[in-house]
Amino acid sequence: MFEKALKGNNNYWMWLGFLGTFMAIGAICYIRQFNYGLGLTGMSRDVSWGLYISNFTFLVGVAAGGVMLVLPYYVHNYKVFGRITILGEFLAIAALTMCLMFIIADLGQPIRALNVLLHPTPNSMLFWDMIVLNGYLFLNIICGWVILTAERKQVKPPKWVYIFVYISIPFAISIHTVTAMLYCGLPGRHFWLSAIIAPRFLASAFAAGPALIVFVSLILKRVAHFDAGREATNKMVTIILYAALINAFFVMLEFFVGYYSQIPGHMHTLQYLFFGLEHHGHVYNNLVPFMWGFVVLTLTGFTLLAIPYTRRNDFWLAIGSAALFIGLWLDKGIGFVLGGFVPSPLEEITEYYPTFNEIMITIAVWCTGFFILTVLYKIAVGVEHEVEA
Amino acid sequence: MDKKRREFLKIAGISTLAGLGAPAVVDRLVSGVSPLAARAAVEVQPGGHGAESQAPAEHGAEVVPTGKQYGMVIDVRKFIAQPGLADECIKACNVSHNIPQFPDPKDEIKWIWLTGHENAFPDNSQYHLSETMENNQVLVLCNHCANPPCVRACPTKATFKDKNGIVAMDYHRCIGCRFCMAACPYGSRSFNWRDPRDPQGGLDMNNLNRLFPTRMRGVVEKCNFCVERLGRGEEPACVAATGGSKAMVFGDLNDPDSEIRQVLKQNYTVQRKPSLGTKPSVFYII
Repeated sequence: MFEKALKGNNNYWMWLGFLGTFMAIGAICYIRQFNYGLGLTGMSRDVSWGLYISNFTFLVGVAAGGVMLVLPYYVHNYKVFGRITILGEFLAIAALTMCLMFIIADLGQPIRALNVLLHPTPNSMLFWDMIVLNGYLFLNIICGWVILTAERKQVKPPKWVYIFVYISIPFAISIHTVTAMLYCGLPGRHFWLSAIIAPRFLASAFAAGPALIVFVSLILKRVAHFDAGREATNKMVTIILYAALINAFFVMLEFFVGYYSQIPGHMHTLQYLFFGLEHHGHVYNNLVPFMWGFVVLTLTGFTLLAIPYTRRNDFWLAIGSAALFIGLWLDKGIGFVLGGFVPSPLEEITEYYPTFNEIMITIAVWCTGFFILTVLYKIAVGVEHEVEA
Repeated sequence: MDKKRREFLKIAGISTLAGLGAPAVVDRLVSGVSPLAARAAVEVQPGGHGAESQAPAEHGAEVVPTGKQYGMVIDVRKFIAQPGLADECIKACNVSHNIPQFPDPKDEIKWIWLTGHENAFPDNSQYHLSETMENNQVLVLCNHCANPPCVRACPTKATFKDKNGIVAMDYHRCIGCRFCMAACPYGSRSFNWRDPRDPQGGLDMNNLNRLFPTRMRGVVEKCNFCVERLGRGEEPACVAATGGSKAMVFGDLNDPDSEIRQVLKQNYTVQRKPSLGTKPSVFYII
């Protein structure tokens, strides 16, 4: 089926060329980092994880979000999603590839990465994360490819593949749960030490993943004559709205626990993220604009998706889902991970500013993901058109 | 007939495998310690910190097979009485372990260092501290916890409890994921953001301590209680630097006759963030 990705119009090739350019720049930046060490990033002793791990965390959610299409279709036999479940599965493949690239980019000794397999350590959450992420990637490749092949031949998919489809549903939940457990089981990091992290991650994932699918499906409608269908889009919007609402609810619960209990450790990071934290006469607030960006974009996106008039208009629907996606990225892909390191265990404040090299690598990983996504969606849409013709 | 026999062998084989494998798996998952250590915990039953010697091991504490747990008492009063002594300790450590001193704090590597009283003990009351305490700097280092979160977090066992209860590092196995740095509630771990042998780090390559390796970039490091010196029968470098002042006392916390246990018995001591259940092995006399 790969041949479908090799035939496209000028716009298709220009888009891939655009992504490829950034991928090439990022590759050069990564070689620089590989040769010098992670000192080329803005990370430090106090903020020991930066853009790589924060984007990784967010993208695990995007990958898990695809299950919001798979579950209704395969478990509840919701036929309307039939055309678009493949978009969810292929999105998961692209997102997981980005996750793995971010992990490799973040390792101090990437050539030793396989030590995680050579010396398996079940008490480390990173070990389990490695298992579920690779497992979910494998499941989505199998399911997506086999089901698409069957569709092309216009036969029913083989029975055995459904086993993998059903396994993939709890796996989707598990990838984000285990990713949350990377954070929420660490003593002394008050902001992360909250049992609500895993559900909050899932809620934001089930909004962000489908929001991206709605956005991309609107683009596909324009550039590839692929229509997800009004009913399917509306149902996805409903899922997005509830998930975003639950995420916002969870964030507010964190505020209540912190500010009502008045326990300093529970307030510090929230204070730092949203209002700026005063320490020895200096107010540290470099993440404040991002967090209010999250609030504004979430409210904007939510409103545009909730009002029937704007929801029915493709333009406003696209703006709304993009706003929500970016808003949720600011929350989880920026604030959550970076904020957790402030204040440090010794109650000092070090602010993190990513370097140019680091930002280019991050952009390149995103471009690689969108490159893979474009190629996969090209194949899926091509098959769809072939079947219809 | 033949078929039945085959079925039987299959089932028997699978059950045997399950029977052999399950206890090992359960052991690991439940306690997070190796079966060997778990057995040792049952047999030896040494006391946890502060407990009487015959008391059973405290829950959650990982007890190493030898039953030893090296620890340290830092007498802050003696450091106040002898200004400059703490810097001697830090210097001794830096020289002993070939620790580079990068000018940019972003690249910083620290094994033992001075920090404010309220930074070392953020959970303790800082309300109207005595003037001495308010301006006082305290030595901090890895606590070599009896229940270390960093060891739990490490995905490759590159950091582990060694046979003396020391939280040790394998620099050749570490993949540099820095999960241990996020897990440590004491900020005791440093990462080699760049080549530690770089001239900017100020290491004199012709004048290194040949008894301890330099590290490479991309791995985590921290205080190792001078495990290499202990192996040669010497005291940790910082303890040696305090001379006979007893500002630092080092020894086996699980040995009721050790000097450190006598010091703990005779003085009121505090640990850093004891509420987190990590059971730190470094104690402070304030």
